[in-house]
Amino acid sequence: MLGLNKKDMTLLIAVAVLTMFAPFFLNPFPTDSAMAQFNAGYPDLMQRFVIFGIFAIGFNILFGLTGYLSFGHAAFLGVGSYAAVWIFKLFTYNVVPAILLAVIVAAVFSVLMGYVSLRRSGIYFSILTLAFAQMMFALAYSVLSNPKFNLTNGETGLQVYPNDPQMFHPEGMQDFPHLFGLYMNSTYTMNVGPWAFDFNTGYYLCAVVMLAVFYLAIRIFRSPFGMMLRAIKSNQTRLNYTGLNPRPYTLAAFVISGAYAGLAGGLMAAMDPLAGAERMQWTASGEVVLMTILGGTGTLIGPVLGAGFIKYFENIFSKINDAVLHQWFAFLPDGLEDFVVFIIHPFVGKGWHLTLGILFMLVVIFLPGGLVEGGQRIGKWIKNRGKSEDSDAGPKTEPAE
Amino acid sequence: MDAILLQILNGLDKGSAYALIALGLTLIFGTLGVVNFAHGALFMIGAFCAVTLQRFLSLSYQTVSETEKDFLGNPLKVETPYVESWFGPEIGASIIDWSTPLAILLAIPIMMLVGLIMERGLIKHFYKREHADQILVTFGLAIVLQEIVKYYFGANPIQTPAPDALSGVANLGAWFGLELAYPVWRIVYFCFAALVIFGVFAFLQFTTFGMVVRAGMADRETVGLLGINIDRRFTIMFAIAAAVAGLAGVMYAPINPPNYHMGMDFLVLSFVVVVVGGMGSLPGAVLAGFMLGILESFASTTWATTTIPGINQIIIYLVAIIVLLTRPRGLMGRKGVMEE
Amino acid sequence: MGILEVKDVGKRFGGLQALGDVNLSVKENSVHAIIGPNGAGKSTLLNCLVGKLIPDTGSVMFDGQSVLGRTPYEINQMGISRVFQTPEIFSDLSVMENMMIPCFAKRDGSFRMHAIENMMDEKDIVEKAEAMLVDMNMADKREMHAASMSRGDKRRLEIGMCLAQEPRLLLLDEPTAGMARADTNNTIDLLKQISDERDITIAIIEHDMHVVFSLAQRITVLAQGTPLVEDNPENIKGHPKVREAYLGESA
Ligand SMILES: Nc1ncnc2c1ncn2[C@@H]1O[C@H](COP(=O)(O)OP(=O)(O)O)[C@@H](O)[C@H]1O
Ligand SMILES: [Mg+2]
Repeated sequence: MLGLNKKDMTLLIAVAVLTMFAPFFLNPFPTDSAMAQFNAGYPDLMQRFVIFGIFAIGFNILFGLTGYLSFGHAAFLGVGSYAAVWIFKLFTYNVVPAILLAVIVAAVFSVLMGYVSLRRSGIYFSILTLAFAQMMFALAYSVLSNPKFNLTNGETGLQVYPNDPQMFHPEGMQDFPHLFGLYMNSTYTMNVGPWAFDFNTGYYLCAVVMLAVFYLAIRIFRSPFGMMLRAIKSNQTRLNYTGLNPRPYTLAAFVISGAYAGLAGGLMAAMDPLAGAERMQWTASGEVVLMTILGGTGTLIGPVLGAGFIKYFENIFSKINDAVLHQWFAFLPDGLEDFVVFIIHPFVGKGWHLTLGILFMLVVIFLPGGLVEGGQRIGKWIKNRGKSEDSDAGPKTEPAE
Repeated sequence: MDAILLQILNGLDKGSAYALIALGLTLIFGTLGVVNFAHGALFMIGAFCAVTLQRFLSLSYQTVSETEKDFLGNPLKVETPYVESWFGPEIGASIIDWSTPLAILLAIPIMMLVGLIMERGLIKHFYKREHADQILVTFGLAIVLQEIVKYYFGANPIQTPAPDALSGVANLGAWFGLELAYPVWRIVYFCFAALVIFGVFAFLQFTTFGMVVRAGMADRETVGLLGINIDRRFTIMFAIAAAVAGLAGVMYAPINPPNYHMGMDFLVLSFVVVVVGGMGSLPGAVLAGFMLGILESFASTTWATTTIPGINQIIIYLVAIIVLLTRPRGLMGRKGVMEE
Repeated sequence: MGILEVKDVGKRFGGLQALGDVNLSVKENSVHAIIGPNGAGKSTLLNCLVGKLIPDTGSVMFDGQSVLGRTPYEINQMGISRVFQTPEIFSDLSVMENMMIPCFAKRDGSFRMHAIENMMDEKDIVEKAEAMLVDMNMADKREMHAASMSRGDKRRLEIGMCLAQEPRLLLLDEPTAGMARADTNNTIDLLKQISDERDITIAIIEHDMHVVFSLAQRITVLAQGTPLVEDNPENIKGHPKVREAYLGESA
C-alpha cells in the first residue's frame, strides 16, 4: 500500500496513530493528581515534539544516510522562520504561503551552503557548515537589523506589528496565524471525569505535515537515491569507480534536509509568529544532531523518537525544582532526603543542559545506534533468553536494518 | 600609520588567544588524530582558575570594629582577607592584587590533571572511531564542562582585574614618536603568549621527547614500530596541550571577564584558525591565529564597518571559507593530513 | 590500434620520476599483464589510466578518446572498470545492494534523481543483479552484509560489480595479493572464464608469476618507470633483461 512494504506500512500506521491520539497518550494523569506534572499533552509542547521531529527526520536524511555531519542546519530553520514571519507581516496570516515560502527560502540557502561546503568532506565539511551558520547567525543578529534595512529585527526578534501592511489580511479576522480561518491557537478541551485532553489546531496541522514528510522520508530511504546515499557513506572510492558522481547526490540530500529544516522553521513561526536569531546558533544545530543520534542515526523512526525524548525531558526536567524534589523524597529520613536532593539538584531545573550533555556522551560512548539499537538489543536479549532454554544456538548476526 | 599600527596591536591579544588554542588543538590532532571539540572548554576552565584563585585569596573573616561606626550608627563590620592577616596587610593585599598571574601556578597542574583525566578516561577510547564520533563525544563533554562551571559560577561574566601595576595604559608610540595608547595588560598577554608558544616549539625541537612526538606526528605507525611507547608520550602531549589552553585562559581573564560560554565562542573560531593554518601544522596554527586576530581587528574599524556593514562579524568565517575552497590544505598544511 | 593506447606518459612525484615515457598498447579482447618489481610504477600507471592521477606528459586514449582531465566516474562511464588491491566494496550494504549499484550506474549514468521509486520495483535492475550474483556463484549470499564476507568472496563480489557495468576494459591491480593459494586459483579460474565468455579486455597488474603466465596473452615488463619489453609469455620467460630485472630478483 502507498508503495511501501508491510514493515514500513506498519511503522507509518503506528506513527500516525501515535500522533493522532497524542493528546490522549500524553495526558495519562488526571489534571489534579500529583503526577500531572508528567503530562505532556498541552499544545505548546506537542507542537514542539512534531516540529523538532520534522527537523530531525530531515537532518537524518543527510547525516544518517550520507554520513556528512552538518553543524549548520539550525541556520535553515531560522531562515525558514524569518521567511514565514515576513509573509505574516506583508501579506496574510494564512499559514500556507508562509510555510511554502519558508521551505523554498531554506532550500535556496541550502543549495548555496551545500554547493560550497560539499566540496570538502569529513571534518572540513563540518567546520564549513559551522562557519556558514555562524556567519548567518552573526548577520541576522546584528547587521541585518540596521534601521535602513531591517530584515531580522536583531535581538528582539522579528514579529508582526499593528502598522505592518498585511495586504491580504481581512478586517475582522484575529491577529494570529490561521489555516483558512482555523486559528493555530484554538484548542478544544475535552473533559472526561478528572482528565482533560487538549485538541489544538496548530498541533494537528504540524502532525499531519509530519506524517507527510515522514512518509516521504520512508520513500527516500527505500529508493535507489537513498541507496546511493548509503553507498556514499559506505565507500566513496568505490562509488567513484562505479561511474557515479557523489556530489549531486550529497547536494540533493543536503537540500532536502535543508528544506525539512525550513519547513520546521516555518511551522514554528506559524505556531507563534515570532522569529529570533538564537534559533540559528550552532548549539541549536548541535541539538538536532543529538536528537538524531540519540534516537538512532540512519534509522527511520530514530529521529522522531530522539526529538520526542529530548523535548519531553527538557520540559519535565526544567520544571523540577527543589520543592518538587523534597516532595518526591519526603519518605526518606531528613538527612538523607537533603543529601539526595543536593545530589540531584544540579541536573534538574536550569541544569537540564548538564543532563543533556551527559546523555549525549553516554549515547555516543555506549549506544552509538541510539534508542533504536537499545530497543533492538533488549528485544534480542529477551528472545535469546527464551531461546537458550530449549536450545543452545549461538546468537545469529542479522544484518542491521 | 598610527591607526594601522594600533589595529595590528589590537588584533594581537585576540590573535594570541586564537594562536594558543589552535596550537593545542593542532598538537592533539597531529599526535592523537582526534578532533577535540572540548578544547575551548579547557580555555574556559583556565580562565576560571583565575577566578577561583582570586575568590580563594579574597576569603575573609568578619570583625566588628570597636571604634568606627557605619552611617546608621551601628558598629562597623570589617572584612579582612585571611591572607592579609597571615602575611600582614601589605603583602597580603599585593598577593590578592596579583592573583591572576599567580593563578598560572595553580592552572598548570590543574590543567595537566584535567587533560590527563580527559585523555585516559575518554579520548583514548575514540582513537579508532570515526571523526564524527570524536566530534560528537567531545562536543558532549564541552557542554558538560561548561554547565558545571555555570552551576558553580553562575551565568554572568565575572570581573577578574589585572594587577594594578599592569592595568594601566601605556603610550607605546613614545618609542617611535607616535601617539599610541595601549593597555599594558594586553602587551603582557601578547608577550606571555609568545613565551608559551616559544616554549612549546623549543620543547618539541630540542628534547628527545619532542623529537619522538614530532616523528609520531609525521608517521605514527613507523615510530610505533620502533618499539617506542608512543601512546604514553601522546598522553603527556594531551596534558601539555590542555595546559597551553588553560594558560591562555588564565591570562585572558582580565581582558574579557570569564563566562561559562567563552570556551565555545573561542572554539569555533579556533577551529577555523586551525583549518586556515593547515590541519596538523603547528607553525600554521600560530601564524593563522595572529593573522586572523589582526584581520578581525582591521575589520572592526569604523571605516571597514561603514563600507561593508557587519564585516567584523563575519570576516574570519569568510576567510576560512575562501581558504578551504582554494587551498584545502590551509596555509601551511602538510600533504596527506586529512585531505579532501 | 589497441583499445587502450598509452603514449609517452610521464609522472613525477617531487624528485622521483615514477613513470618516464611509458608506451603501451592493449589489444581489444585480450588479457594484458603488466609486471615489474615493487616500486616500478605499476600502480602509478594504473592510476593515470583511471583518472586518479593526471600524468605530467603524454596521452592516454581509450577507444579513440582521451581520458586525460576526466574524473574517475567519467572515465568509468566510458567503459573502464577497476578492481582494487584490497577489495573496495560497499561494506555497509547487502550483497544484493552492492550488485544493484553498478547496474543503476550502467542504466542511469552518473546521476539520476529517483528518490520516490522503490528500488525493488526496478525489475530490470533486480533481475540483472540477481543474474550477476548467480554468475559469481554467490546467489545464496544475497542478503548478507557485505562486510561479513570472507576476503575471497569480497574479491569475487568486486569483480562481479565491475562486470555488471559491462565494461570494455577491466583493470585489476594485484587482485591476488595476500590471498591463499586456493583463493588465488579460484580467482584465476574466474578471470579466465570471464575473458572467455565475455567481450572484454583485461589489463592486470600482478606480482605473482603463476597468475600472469596462466592468464596473459601479452606481457609488459615495467622497471623503474619505463617499459623494458613487451612480448608474449613464452618470450618473456626467456628474456635475459627480464630475468635480470625481475625474475632474478624474485627467485
Ligand atoms: N602519491 C605518491 N606520492 C609520492 N610518491 C609516490 C606516490 N605514489 C607512488 N609513489 C612512488 O612512486 C614509485 C612507484 O610506485 P608504485 O606505482 O606504487 O609502484 P608499484 O605499484 O609498481 O609497486 C614508488 O617509489 C612510490 O614510492
Ligand atoms: Mg602497486
